Amino acid sequence: MTNNIYNPYLIREDEKLKGLTEPYVSIQNLTKIFGPSCPMCIEQTGPEHETNKCCTCGSIVALRKISIELYPNEILGIIGESGSGKSTLVRLLHFDMDVTYGEMYLDPLILCQEVIDHTKKDIFTLSAFEKRKIRNKLIGIVYQNPYMGLKMDISCGGNIAEKLIEYGWRNVNAIRTRAMELLNRTEVPIDRIDHSPKTFSGGMQQRVQIAKALSTNPKILLLDEVTTGLDLSVQAKVLDLIKKIQEKLKITMIVVSHDLGVIRLLATRTVVMKYGTIVEAGLTDQILEDPQHPYTQLLVNSQL
Amino acid sequence: MNRKNRYNFAFIDEDAKREIRRKILKAVAIPGYQVPFASRELPIARGWGTGGLQVTLALIGPTDCLKVIDQGCDDSVNAVNIKHFVQSVTNVKITTDTTKATLIQTRHRIPEEPMNENQILVLQVPIPEALRNVEPSERQTRRMHAEGDYTRLWLYLYEDIVKYGDVSIGARYPVLVNGRYIMDPSPIPRWDIPKLHMAETLFIFSAGREKRIYAIPPYTDVKPLEFEDYKFCVEDFKGKQCARCGSKGVFLDEIIDDETGKRIYVCSDTGYCHKVASKSKRKNAISQNYQYKTAGSAG
Repeated sequence: MTNNIYNPYLIREDEKLKGLTEPYVSIQNLTKIFGPSCPMCIEQTGPEHETNKCCTCGSIVALRKISIELYPNEILGIIGESGSGKSTLVRLLHFDMDVTYGEMYLDPLILCQEVIDHTKKDIFTLSAFEKRKIRNKLIGIVYQNPYMGLKMDISCGGNIAEKLIEYGWRNVNAIRTRAMELLNRTEVPIDRIDHSPKTFSGGMQQRVQIAKALSTNPKILLLDEVTTGLDLSVQAKVLDLIKKIQEKLKITMIVVSHDLGVIRLLATRTVVMKYGTIVEAGLTDQILEDPQHPYTQLLVNSQL
Repeated sequence: MNRKNRYNFAFIDEDAKREIRRKILKAVAIPGYQVPFASRELPIARGWGTGGLQVTLALIGPTDCLKVIDQGCDDSVNAVNIKHFVQSVTNVKITTDTTKATLIQTRHRIPEEPMNENQILVLQVPIPEALRNVEPSERQTRRMHAEGDYTRLWLYLYEDIVKYGDVSIGARYPVLVNGRYIMDPSPIPRWDIPKLHMAETLFIFSAGREKRIYAIPPYTDVKPLEFEDYKFCVEDFKGKQCARCGSKGVFLDEIIDDETGKRIYVCSDTGYCHKVASKSKRKNAISQNYQYKTAGSAG
């Protein structure tokens, strides 16, 4: 294993060659049903029925045939009320759970040979081992709840080390140097590298999560309501950090939030979800300034 | 009634032996992989070497020569009782000499003397799962083994190094077998870990309570987990030697003399210690006899 010297600009050469026109990630008909599921599940749920619970079998249809494309260097915002399927979508993309059905294709250039051979294969059909490999190499995630993303019984440096070790790093000093560099970048005091994250404030825990997610130079960063539960000044700091990281590293991001302010600040393109379905999608300015769907209009109008 | 006729040869029935042998074959075919087996009830309690004993009983033949050691000692209660039991149901020869034994059952040690291809070492294992310290769920550990997902164990070592400056694991040091499975080598000291690598002997590990058998076939690559900058090292016995036989370069037990309060070191492998001590005694006796004779003839 080679411990790559951290150079965020190095990995962007492929995109220059490509002309940034092809989507990085293409998701088609993504569906997730919690419960036994029946043939009526899709028909009996969705915004038109005002429910995502199937009245025949009682299953919860968290996502209904979602199709999204994610382009290089963009920040895609996903907005919707609680229970609309935003977090489920992000967790499916991080392979935290299995999809009911649907397909996901990655751009062959980012799915380079060293990650995996199957360049034109539906990613969801790969083995758990291969999915883990893709996740380690290409995807970083920041959860709403730091307890999901961090292990509180190990040190802050250990949490970052986990991802690096999973990636193949086997040099303690190199791991610590990299962890310090990331903590510095995410404005976490370096002298707290050996402290448990449970002794950190909420904002600091989120920053440690971001540092962990960035440790292996992922191509895609998933942010699942990162500012929820934080006070306004800390929220501003975290958002500022995400913005800086995106500007500097040009990472493709999916930002999930129910806060329109966060989406307005970060996202270039936005998707509005309700009852597991995309009800409206477009450029963020367009969505927020001229909403077409009644639910989006309600969301925008209810903004304080 | 004759005691010999009361039980089947080697106590357990032939079907059970066949089942255990099949599981051993599977374990040998997939080095380091834990094979579940139907652990039988035996006249000793679970956790007292039932796994090792079942393997011994399934493998032993009338011409075998058995050695049983418990933490290197031939005469501990556990070793003596197992030897007594096996002999009563098989009538095989029992020895304390490693080189003479064809089958060695051991708890927590590998004998000091090098073993050969004609010998089998059966190790009693209390906890066969190397990932148990980092993952309590059996289902998860099976998944982790299947996917080769050993990050959490590596992280455990990393945290140890960060906290204590080095890996603090004394016994049960995890090893990677044949570049695939991480294996618990049973609670043998670090000293014995290098003996597993490319060894001539077949090592069979068996946990009766946990119902798992795994093996290291002869000439298999066995590597302890280590970071590039924090290498695996064995216990340091530099400048120390056995107080009884004078051996150096062996695994030593530290004993504090109750009367003098002095620390002394003796060989952990009592069979080896006895052999070396009796050899040097004989040598002394021969040289004394020679000196006596030469003195006598001169007189």
